[in-house]
Amino acid sequence: MKAIIDGEKCVACGECLEVCPVDAIELEDDLAQVDDTCTLCGLCVEVCDYEAIGLPELRREDTEDLESYKGIWVVAEHHNGEVHSVSFELLGAGRNLADKLEVELAAVLIGDQLEQAASQLVGHGADRVYLVEDPALMPFNDESHANVLTELIQSKKPEILLAGATATGRSFIPRVAVAVETGLTADCTGLDIGEDGLLYQTRPAFGGNVMATIICPNRRPQMATVRPMVMRRPGFDGQRQGVVERFTPRPEAIDSRVQVLKTVAEHQETARLAEADVVVTGGRGLQVPENFKMIEDLALLLDGAVGATRSVVDEGWMPHSHQVGQTGKTVSPKLYLACGVSGAIQHVVGMQGSEIIVAVNKDPHAPIFDVINYGVVADLFEFVPAFIKKIKEDRGAPKLHSRRMSGNPKFEV
Amino acid sequence: MHIVVCIKQVPDTKNVRIDPDTCTLVRQGVESIVNPHDWYAVEAALLVRDQYGGKVTVLTMGPPQAEEALRETLALGVDEAVLLSDRAFAGADTWATSLTLARAITKLGPVDLVICGKQAIDGDTAQVGPGLAAHLDQPYTTYARRLELVDGCQLRAERVTDAGYELIQMPLPAVVTVVREIGDPRMPGLKHKMRARKQEIPVLGAADLGLKPEEVGLQGSYTQVVRVFSPPPRCDRKMLNGSVEEQVEQLLNLLKEAKIPGL
Repeated sequence: MKAIIDGEKCVACGECLEVCPVDAIELEDDLAQVDDTCTLCGLCVEVCDYEAIGLPELRREDTEDLESYKGIWVVAEHHNGEVHSVSFELLGAGRNLADKLEVELAAVLIGDQLEQAASQLVGHGADRVYLVEDPALMPFNDESHANVLTELIQSKKPEILLAGATATGRSFIPRVAVAVETGLTADCTGLDIGEDGLLYQTRPAFGGNVMATIICPNRRPQMATVRPMVMRRPGFDGQRQGVVERFTPRPEAIDSRVQVLKTVAEHQETARLAEADVVVTGGRGLQVPENFKMIEDLALLLDGAVGATRSVVDEGWMPHSHQVGQTGKTVSPKLYLACGVSGAIQHVVGMQGSEIIVAVNKDPHAPIFDVINYGVVADLFEFVPAFIKKIKEDRGAPKLHSRRMSGNPKFEV
Repeated sequence: MHIVVCIKQVPDTKNVRIDPDTCTLVRQGVESIVNPHDWYAVEAALLVRDQYGGKVTVLTMGPPQAEEALRETLALGVDEAVLLSDRAFAGADTWATSLTLARAITKLGPVDLVICGKQAIDGDTAQVGPGLAAHLDQPYTTYARRLELVDGCQLRAERVTDAGYELIQMPLPAVVTVVREIGDPRMPGLKHKMRARKQEIPVLGAADLGLKPEEVGLQGSYTQVVRVFSPPPRCDRKMLNGSVEEQVEQLLNLLKEAKIPGL
């Protein structure tokens, strides 16, 4: 299998040679020729101005009764009953898909004592909640949760299943996809229903340098994990009505070979990095570890999280839990503020999904300025304190008011 | 103790990027590297072998030149390497990849422990490790930062979570994916480097694994890429100017316009 060149359209311009990451294309007889190293990544298809390159397609099969699968499911993630925000975001995305297909939107809740969580899910748009409760399903366990979800899917047959691309979702959903023998697309940032009624799943690839749209034509459910902070979270409506349907799996499904001996809370920052609206990151430009205080102050002021580059983590200035980039965390906040960060590609791949990127660096040629929305060429030791001061001034009166309300005696009148 | 490490040869992501000025895809040079996360999987396997004895086999699926990636791991002291290479494997999604690897592991068996990196940097799916465990019907855990054997037949792992870590225990054979906290990869040794150059690396195709051509590669996949495109470019880049005070003021106004929470 390899990319297909249309001999009629190819003009042997060589653009595709330039972009092939595995060097699988050569020009021969005034035609691009693809060899067997082709991985079907599709980069050449995008770059061809003459629409001369195509990818082979999967055979469409009718072996399965695809029509019997109905409805959109969202697998709700929770920690001791507290629903993860990504699950609400998925209900927002799932609602759009359900309305387009004119089908029901359901949420799946697996654990114990989850009545409260179930009503939260209904209030955020679920028409139905499949509730599986058993003391043995707490705390979360990859194997038992995968078994239970597999049984539920086989019993109720949804056409689309969405889960958060969190550490938990990315760990146990792939096992479910294999168990129910269907396709799964990881870490999606866009979902839509095509004219053919299929789910078109768009995700970043090659470290976010390209986007790929993926379908699962012959199997059901069509499964995707979706990146947190990408889909819009719907409002809560306490009056909304939904059905809570209990499901009892076979007892052996709840058994797990994997035992969770203990769960230890170590740090809050990793979770905060993935979920914060604002991430302020410090790099080597801070010069000494003590200067991270400034980054922390700004992050605190903006209710944001603190990020760090690999080099400062390697230096031991910050723990690895703060690292953003290829071997650290991928973040996509509303605002990413990089201070003294040079912009190595290994760092950029971890943050280029951010809505707005601002960089402060005194070197106007730093590569970070290639990927920004707003660039500030300045000494960060001048800029950051001035920015902090300005934000505080700008908040002015309301800030004093809120402090008085919170009972800070300094501002009592 | 037989440990199998699954690795992947990937294009260096540095080689695929968007030119910020023209907003088109550019690639500089062709360089294939061992997926950086997989070095930690190799190190994890060598650490377990060093402590408990046994043999480490590294496995990869890829084009013939992926042999190079295997030789790099042999230079670190890996005992054996196996290449899965077949024209029919091209275009495999994570389902077809994990099925192919699982069949190979069964053929290499008995295998006590399979170790993978947490994800590959070209696809970033993190699905092959858990998928392998499902195809092999073995217990598994992900994001492990420490591995330990208990009573010789149980694996204990510290698994990094968003909030801290979990202590996990499961019976062998099992599958784990590891993170970089497992330990920095060791340097190649001279003796191993010599051996790595000469050692024979068996190459297995679909038929050797008892798989039909329609069970592997694109035709054995459930998902299909229908479009690849450049992300919406950040080509509205704006450099602020003026004094520090002026830039502070401009930035604050721009971020307020963008409705950044807290401003």
